[in-house]
Amino acid sequence: MAETISKESATKDPGRRPPAALGKADSSDQITRRSFFSWLSIGWLAFVAATGGFFTMMLRFFFPNVLFEPVQTFRAGYPDDYTVGEVDLRWKNKYGVWIVRNDAGIYALSTTCTHLGCTPNWLSSEQKFKCPCHGSGFFKTGINFEGPAPRPLERFKIVLADNGQIIVDKTRKFQQEKGQWNDPEAFLKV
Amino acid sequence: MLDKFRLDKFRGTQLYKSIFRGGGVPKSRRQRMMVVLNSVFLHLHPVRLPKHAVKLKFTWCMGGLSFFIFLILTISGILLMFYYRPTIEYAYTDIIDLAEQVPFGIMREVHRWGAHAMVITVWLHMFRVFMTGSYKPPREFNWAIGVILLLLTLLLSFTGYLLPWDQLAIWAITVGSNMARATPFLGHEGPGAGLLAIGDINFITMGSDVRFALIGGRFMGEAALLRFYVLHCIGLPFIIMIFMAVHFWRIRKDGGISTPV
Repeated sequence: MAETISKESATKDPGRRPPAALGKADSSDQITRRSFFSWLSIGWLAFVAATGGFFTMMLRFFFPNVLFEPVQTFRAGYPDDYTVGEVDLRWKNKYGVWIVRNDAGIYALSTTCTHLGCTPNWLSSEQKFKCPCHGSGFFKTGINFEGPAPRPLERFKIVLADNGQIIVDKTRKFQQEKGQWNDPEAFLKV
Repeated sequence: MLDKFRLDKFRGTQLYKSIFRGGGVPKSRRQRMMVVLNSVFLHLHPVRLPKHAVKLKFTWCMGGLSFFIFLILTISGILLMFYYRPTIEYAYTDIIDLAEQVPFGIMREVHRWGAHAMVITVWLHMFRVFMTGSYKPPREFNWAIGVILLLLTLLLSFTGYLLPWDQLAIWAITVGSNMARATPFLGHEGPGAGLLAIGDINFITMGSDVRFALIGGRFMGEAALLRFYVLHCIGLPFIIMIFMAVHFWRIRKDGGISTPV
């Protein structure tokens, strides 16, 4: 292309200097071959950086800072509110959590059946959680013993706040089959 | 009355010639070919078709049908967008409204059944291409494009599935998006998720993994509905149209539709 232009200009205007000679001009604001390539590299680097920056922004854009979700952490009162040896149903509908207290302490069980996600019922006369969908049964500890459920119920993080109240955090879950029930946050010693 | 004289006069105007380059009725083979090549829409299509290319017995016309159904889905989908609001409060009732109150509410059924039909025709198209060996060189690249198109069709089907926001939809997407938890490195329950960590601080958690980006939160909710809506109505159709254009164009470039041996 450049050749064509130079040919044309050479034929049309023979007195004009050919473009190749421009590089040799001693005027400082002339673009030399060397400075052309350094400006080209800077230009490309800037373009790549800007594009990369924009794609990073796009990626980050998909991770919101504020979530409009149901609260996952809640205060569950004081340890004395719970009777030893009983399954407490007061948070079942609101948060999907059973609070169980035994001699050693308190744990928070998920009310989601590990088979297909239904909500089992606590049958106090039989001392077991029984899922109405497919008949999975769990002991008071959450361990599965009958029906199709493949693994025990999950436990949630349970800790004491500074004022002595119980805090249950549903974003942290502990699975028995992974040995996570031994985690200090999976069980509140009282 | 548009007699021949006036028609010829109109063909001579700048308006006509600016739209239809070459002007006039194509008379030679070459002119007919140029009509196709000069149109952005027609040029995706082969200039000439061999006789066997329209034999239903060989092609089943499944590729053409898939595209036809895609057009139906695009038009009916745009119509549905005039009534449907992608929020938890309105999504389900708007679908009921569309089905029961909106004039020609059958548009919603057209869209849903069309979606099922497109998955079937795309699958049958792939089956036909496989059975006739049409994936072999020089068409291997177009086969790869076709696999991407199949994936995009399934993703469109998947994202559209959530929009009625009924129990079926919510639980289907709950289960479907839970699979993303197990993505290697990017899902918080997947293999290698623990590697991206500094000390005790894990970077891939329930609140920062690929599932989180997909459904816009840690749980199925308002954000997931809106994200799937945008993907279903804008994002995925935009991408699939680019791949479809390449797919159709490559048929021509790869030597036309394959021939029975």
